[in-house]
Amino acid sequence: MATADTSTFRGRLDDFGVTVSEGPPAACASLIDDAAGDPAVGVPLGESGPDALEGSAASLPERVATDPTTADLRAAHTGVTAASLGIASYGSVAVEADARGTEPVSLFVDRHVVVLREADLVPDVPDAFAWLGPRARDESTDVVFATGPSATADMGGLVHGAHGPKEVHVVLLRDGDGDSDAPGPADGDGDAPGSTDGTGVDG
Amino acid sequence: MSSDADAAGDAAAGPNRETKAERIRELLATEGDAVAENTRGFNAGRYESTGRLDDYEALKERAREIKEDAIERLPDLIDEVRETVEANGGTVYLADDAADANRYIREVAAEREAGRAIKSKSMTSEEIEVNAALEGDGVEVVETDLGEWVLQLADEEPSHIVAPAIHKSREGISELFAERFDLDDPPETAEALTMFARERLGDLIEDADLGMTGANFIAADSGTMLLVTSEGNARKTVTATDTHVAVAGVEKLVPTVEEFAPFVELIGRSGTGQDVTSYISTLTPPVASPVPDFEADDEPLADGSGDDREFHLVLIDNGRLAMRDDETLKETLYCIRCSACSNACGNFQSVGGHAFGGETYSGGIATGWEAGIEGLDTAAEFNDLCTGCSRCVPACPVGIDIPWINTAVRDRINRGEADPSQLDWAFEELVPDEEPGGLDLSTRLVGNYATLAEWGHRTAPVANRLANFGPARALAERVVGIDSRRELPEFARVSLVEWFDDRGGSAVDPDEADREAVVYPDTATNYVDVDRGKATVRALEALGVHVRVPDLPGSGRPPLSQGMVATAESAAEDVYAGLAPHLDAGRDVVVIEPSDLATFRREYERFLPADSHERLADASYDAMEYVFGLLEAGGDPAALRAPAEGTGPVASGARLAYHPHCQARTVEVGEYATATFERLGYDVRVSDTECCGMAGSFGYKSDYYELSMDVGEPLREQFGDTERTVVAPGTSCTEQLDALLESTPMHPIEVIAPRE
Repeated sequence: MATADTSTFRGRLDDFGVTVSEGPPAACASLIDDAAGDPAVGVPLGESGPDALEGSAASLPERVATDPTTADLRAAHTGVTAASLGIASYGSVAVEADARGTEPVSLFVDRHVVVLREADLVPDVPDAFAWLGPRARDESTDVVFATGPSATADMGGLVHGAHGPKEVHVVLLRDGDGDSDAPGPADGDGDAPGSTDGTGVDG
Repeated sequence: MSSDADAAGDAAAGPNRETKAERIRELLATEGDAVAENTRGFNAGRYESTGRLDDYEALKERAREIKEDAIERLPDLIDEVRETVEANGGTVYLADDAADANRYIREVAAEREAGRAIKSKSMTSEEIEVNAALEGDGVEVVETDLGEWVLQLADEEPSHIVAPAIHKSREGISELFAERFDLDDPPETAEALTMFARERLGDLIEDADLGMTGANFIAADSGTMLLVTSEGNARKTVTATDTHVAVAGVEKLVPTVEEFAPFVELIGRSGTGQDVTSYISTLTPPVASPVPDFEADDEPLADGSGDDREFHLVLIDNGRLAMRDDETLKETLYCIRCSACSNACGNFQSVGGHAFGGETYSGGIATGWEAGIEGLDTAAEFNDLCTGCSRCVPACPVGIDIPWINTAVRDRINRGEADPSQLDWAFEELVPDEEPGGLDLSTRLVGNYATLAEWGHRTAPVANRLANFGPARALAERVVGIDSRRELPEFARVSLVEWFDDRGGSAVDPDEADREAVVYPDTATNYVDVDRGKATVRALEALGVHVRVPDLPGSGRPPLSQGMVATAESAAEDVYAGLAPHLDAGRDVVVIEPSDLATFRREYERFLPADSHERLADASYDAMEYVFGLLEAGGDPAALRAPAEGTGPVASGARLAYHPHCQARTVEVGEYATATFERLGYDVRVSDTECCGMAGSFGYKSDYYELSMDVGEPLREQFGDTERTVVAPGTSCTEQLDALLESTPMHPIEVIAPRE
């Protein structure tokens, strides 16, 4: 994926107050460890998110409980899942529901730590729906495109964490193992504009 | 007093007039401030957010195409979605009406032995009133959207289709929580109130049995539904319960998943000014997630329980398929319920959906929804509040001509409610319209303003004296509802057309002219504000234009504003007949009154053959647009009045405060005055108020006087203390600004025209 997209994506995450860390797949567990609060629950990478994550060097740190009970989920501060896709122009991550519980793990927690491969970034919304179309038709997939934390303005001011996570952190995995020649920019400097506050457009 | 006047008075005033005015006054006082702050914030956000799109217009066009196609193919899409949802393991129920839908949903709840249903926000579920139906069976229903939950606790109706509780202040919510939950020390900040709600609702969600959502869009090709949310409550509603009932109008169907894309980019930006909301859920239910068992919570989350989920898609007709066959109401079905038309609307900003709304829907598009779903009577209760200012037109992401729907529905209301016993023979000379006898007298008087103005001009000394004579004003208020606090226009003894003839026609010889133009003598310019007509003639002649001012009929804008469509159509034909020889001769048409230009360009498309409309629309120009074009084509700016010469009788100097006319903005000619002023060296400050609130005749009506003044309040705030010369091209804006600022604005052309 083009550097411009990564840069735009990072800029947009910053607009929405989403923190981001970046590294090769081998650094994944330690990046998650830095970002996750305690206690943390999660879904193993590859079972959550794209198949390409399975068998890669990316993994979860041991302290993330990967087969949680509902009580564990309720008690968890952080939920760790993978995302199947990212939309650069909006700073959105596509989180796919599955039988392992990626959706509840990303939802019933205060902080969502989401792992995304840079290779899975697409430039814009039409690309994302071109990706979704066949999966929806052939595999009945359920995907939430999440942009920033849960938010509401219904109580007289913008507040994060209305029902869903109050905080979101993205662990961005660079293409190829240990490719130290292509570090991402430290800060997003893309052409992404500032975000706006406001309430949701709940259908 | 004659008995005729009494009869007419009763018919015009009707039993509801006072009640409606009182209700509006009450809402202005109680909810107006909160609604205004929120909707104006959303509206400003829309401009910013859509302004960041490179391809905003192209996206809107694409969205429109998809909706047109989908509604055209709707019966096929319904068949297709039934197949795809059933193949996925769900069921589809097509409900004829609300009762049918509720019966089905109650059956589902009974079969699943549901004790509690949780809901995410859905206007369609409000429309069918499913909460009451379920509660009647003993099922507890909990709204999980924070705004909806507040309303459920307060037992109030939504005041906005997207942000249902915008009429509630933070303080009001705090008091509500204190009362409902018996709290001595209730949460007060937005953060604390939100966390309080999150915890309370979190507990209620854990024990719920049935999850209900709406759907913003549904793709027929896969049975995928798209939900636009920010709080995460819709996600929880679906995930935490094993039975998902989605309620959606049939018009939510689009052919394919790929066609979701433009709507995802447009809906948040158009509504609340968010580039995208936090969560765009695309579900192809039954969803794959396990159902968290919060009771036996020591069991693994991933227990295979996702396989036992049930999904029911309840598609609601409730009048929609009939709307599809109705040429006027059909366009309503393209609506994606983003709320842009509410937020862009001056009247809505002041009173919100509790006044400007029907049983379920609110804002400009509500007239279409309520007329189609509930009937004309419901639409008639609030349809007056659309003034036709048209500021919602460019805001609508699917390009619905919302003012037209309001006009056409008003026409039906006029005809449906006409009382043939009304004695209006006495007024026949003044109201030579194409409407049925018995139409409300105030409607007819406004609708026949062109004839009234001509009569006023002919009898000017008497008419003017009479018009502002106390007893006559009292009669006008009582009989035709014209508020006595408004100044009535003073008719000119010599019309623009007469003045032009008297001076011997154009001062520029046609043989020496660069161009020839007809100055359209609109009713207001010709009979009331003749000076701006004279200024237009001088400005054009200074730039070498041979000018003509023929006697032409009124444009039809006043009858149009009253829903008198046949009368307006007849006016369009007369105007075109009068202008056709000039168009044949290659003359331009210069229009001083912006609402008339907007009528030529927009509404005449519906009244004239396509070629005629295109010809007139292409040849006609706003006066300042025309001057701008002449300067661009090499006209000499020195021929016009420079700032150093002063801005005329009311003030001097080079600083202007300019309020473009609402409809001029919509047909995108508002900025030519700004550009021309700046070219001539003026310093211009432009108002950012969508509409002044007068909106033609609206602000003259005694029912709406306070509302009209409230809509204009931002203009007073922006221009109230200004030392600048106030400039406004619209006649009715001029009256409103006069009332708000106590200074009479000039038409832009009067600022730049050479002195007499």
